Amino acid sequence: MATRLKDVDAVVIGLGFSGAILSRELTKAGLNVVALERGADRNPADEFTLTRLRDELRYAVRLELMQDNSIDTITFRNAPDEVALPIRRFGAFLPGEGVGGTGIHWGALQWRFLPTDFRIRSVLTERYGAKAIPDTMTIQDWPVSYDELEPHYDRFEKLCGVSGQAGNLRGKLISGGNPFEGPRSEDYPNKPIKTAVGPAMFGAAAASLGYHPFPVPVATSSAPYVNPEGITLGACEYCGHCNRTACEANAKASPNVNIVPVLRTEPKFELRTRAFVTRLNYDRNAKRITSVLYTDMRTGEEYEQPAGIVILSSFVFGNTQQLLLAGIGEPYDPSSGNGVVGKNYCYQFEAGANAFFEGREFNPFMGAPGMSIAIDDFNGENFDHSGLGFFGGGYIVCTNAGAPPIGGRAMPKDEPRWGVGWKQATAKWYRCSTGFNTQGSVYAHRDNFMDLDPTYKDALGRPLIRLTYNATDNDHAMSRHVVGKLEGVIKAMNPTRYEMHYRPKNFTVVPYQSTHNTGGTIMGADPNSSVVNRYLQAWDAHNLFVQGASVFPQQPGYNPTGTLGALAYWSAKAITEQYLKNPGPLVHA
Amino acid sequence: MTDDALQRRTFLLGVGLAGTAIATGIPQEAEAQPQPAAPSPAAAAPADTEPFVTLTATEAAFIVAAVDTLIPADELSPSGSDCGVAVFIDRQLGSAWGGGAKMYRAGPFHKGKPEQGYQLALTPREFFAAGIVAANAWSRKNFGGKDFDRLAVGDRVAALKAMEDGKAAFDNFDTRAFFNQLLSLAMAGFFADPIYGGNRDKVAWKMIGFPGLPATYADKIDAYRDKRYVAEPQSIADFS
Ligand SMILES: Cc1cc2nc3c(=O)[nH]c(=O)nc-3n(C[C@H](O)[C@H](O)[C@H](O)COP(=O)(O)OP(=O)(O)OC[C@H]3O[C@@H](n4cnc5c(N)ncnc54)[C@H](O)[C@@H]3O)c2cc1C
Repeated sequence: MATRLKDVDAVVIGLGFSGAILSRELTKAGLNVVALERGADRNPADEFTLTRLRDELRYAVRLELMQDNSIDTITFRNAPDEVALPIRRFGAFLPGEGVGGTGIHWGALQWRFLPTDFRIRSVLTERYGAKAIPDTMTIQDWPVSYDELEPHYDRFEKLCGVSGQAGNLRGKLISGGNPFEGPRSEDYPNKPIKTAVGPAMFGAAAASLGYHPFPVPVATSSAPYVNPEGITLGACEYCGHCNRTACEANAKASPNVNIVPVLRTEPKFELRTRAFVTRLNYDRNAKRITSVLYTDMRTGEEYEQPAGIVILSSFVFGNTQQLLLAGIGEPYDPSSGNGVVGKNYCYQFEAGANAFFEGREFNPFMGAPGMSIAIDDFNGENFDHSGLGFFGGGYIVCTNAGAPPIGGRAMPKDEPRWGVGWKQATAKWYRCSTGFNTQGSVYAHRDNFMDLDPTYKDALGRPLIRLTYNATDNDHAMSRHVVGKLEGVIKAMNPTRYEMHYRPKNFTVVPYQSTHNTGGTIMGADPNSSVVNRYLQAWDAHNLFVQGASVFPQQPGYNPTGTLGALAYWSAKAITEQYLKNPGPLVHA
Repeated sequence: MTDDALQRRTFLLGVGLAGTAIATGIPQEAEAQPQPAAPSPAAAAPADTEPFVTLTATEAAFIVAAVDTLIPADELSPSGSDCGVAVFIDRQLGSAWGGGAKMYRAGPFHKGKPEQGYQLALTPREFFAAGIVAANAWSRKNFGGKDFDRLAVGDRVAALKAMEDGKAAFDNFDTRAFFNQLLSLAMAGFFADPIYGGNRDKVAWKMIGFPGLPATYADKIDAYRDKRYVAEPQSIADFS
């Protein structure tokens, strides 16, 4: 029997960016908040230090900070007629665990979505006619607009000390920035970080073709900066180890550095780590969650934590799994198209290129994701899709995130990988290669979804979440188009040689592609088409607020975290300003 | 004890000593074969003895022979084993990772399709143990009864190539998967921080011009724009 604990005002499940923002906003509003995090506490002053962090094997190869798949994983198949098998060690995507979650080891490119992204079905209908959208493309408008989210984007950018160049300040276009971005109320808190040689060449080539290059916005401060929480961030060291690792300079934003230190001194906040939430107790008649069950992984004891408000911020897979296990909302059925929980899972798998410039010295080990230059001319509805046969797009970027020696040595494919001659080849190409990537939108498809696995269980005895996903014809066509545009820019850079990397036909769980997983508990205008309303409140449980990219109805052509952070602030505002006064549905179905 | 086993036992105590038949595990007949290139004396690794802690004598002989074929001695570096790559593999397979930490190991087990990734119950340590048995059996069948480590250099290259291309058909084991794991572990050993046993004397970092630690470049980006930045690489151990 679980030990029943004292009631609290709010319980937060998972302490990544989403959970940390909600914890902060709710304690500020006077609530007593308990955060339950399945992983360990992670204290930057102790753990994220030099020389410890400069260890590519530990962090980038052995994935020190990632989820423990021996406890919990997901199963995967490409199509509903296949048998899903467990992902035994994560590869394609790398969710984290412990305080900070995936926000410790992210790459920190912090984007806003386009204003048109939020009303994509309407925009496509207006521009190309309703019939142009395939029946299988289950995209829908977001129930929140860019303008509504704008102040919250701004807040999240300030929390994270984002470095970037504004392209549209209150409607005024600014050269050097992204002319396609939605109007921003204020400039980025920090100037862009330094651009690397390869990306600068890319920018010049792109401009010569009439495109609009700009430095990618990145949550890595270019100079010391004090965020609105009063926390001092350091300046980026360009160490080249950002992805999959933490930041000893406190320049890269993470929940642990940018927000959790304030929570640690907050008497209304209590953090319980190694607290694995197994179930939401759901009162179907009252349409509310009464308590959450969790296991203390240090003792094996089970606890029941009653709470007035439940914040579910346990990443895309955990969020969807909890709702399915508790029977909150109707599970999605791909054969009928009915139901909503598990619907519209989307995943960005990328396509890119490498170019080699013999004789140039790029010093690729000096790197930071923000040293990159992008163009947005082929993203979303920034270009006309008439006659193209697909919808969507993505940004195109020349990257310079760092080139650690185990995983960061690009080599032309016809060079030997081992044996006689391979050392000469890798030594020759290492310092003069530069990489490119295309992000891409994922316009939800009827057959891509999540449900509970009938066979496999996690270490706590719960069915694993089952992922059914493959790339669609639409997204393949989109990717080919965008990669074709990239190739045009690369040619204009005049490299010694280059190689384009197209997407594989089928999505595969190896190797790493992106941790841009979305959907499963999507937001929308009504309960027939969504799990949560515009304030991320569950239609079927009014005291449950689901956070993170699981609420995205589909995926625009950018990284997700800027938007999930903005949504967290937007949702927190609705909770503290509306829900607390009058607990109940904030939108009437 | 056969000669072979005796030699392997001796060899287990002597890894890291460059240039002798025992240390490299290459029998005399293989020694007589032309070598691709001789290691330059300047690049020689420190000749300290590092015993294996995980691998058996047969496994160690295989791994040494394999890493020396994947990473042959030449003017850029000593051989893989002389750079500590075999010791690295030994320690990795004995580490938590090698024992399957953070790996979902519940059944049922099905082959699945490649898109579904690794689907065996074997930990990396067990995978290599089984893979080496399969590789040696294949080697004996195709190379006159000889284990892989007993092959002449040219035959070792041919054998690994056949594994890489999937042309070598191991009994009950995925040849390509084995080769790819072997290659990636060897490369990780060659390029990882020397604290893990490989990349002795930071030889791999020197080879490509990777400066190692501390990697704080804010003041160097502009100064070295399109100019080569050269620094004596430093490892984690250099700061301890
Ligand atoms: C290598 C890498 C690079 C990335 N780069 C970028 C980038 O450049 N730009 C970008 O926008 N995004 C990037 N991302 C994605 C980004 O990290 C995530 O979108 C973001 O961190 C998600 O935040 P979250 O709060 O929603 O979830 P998380 O940070 O994943 O937090 C969820 C938390 O919930 C906990 N939890 C889960 N289940 C339970 C349970 N049952 N009980 C208790 N606790 C539980 C987890 O342990 C975790 O701490 C990257 C990700 C990776 C891995």
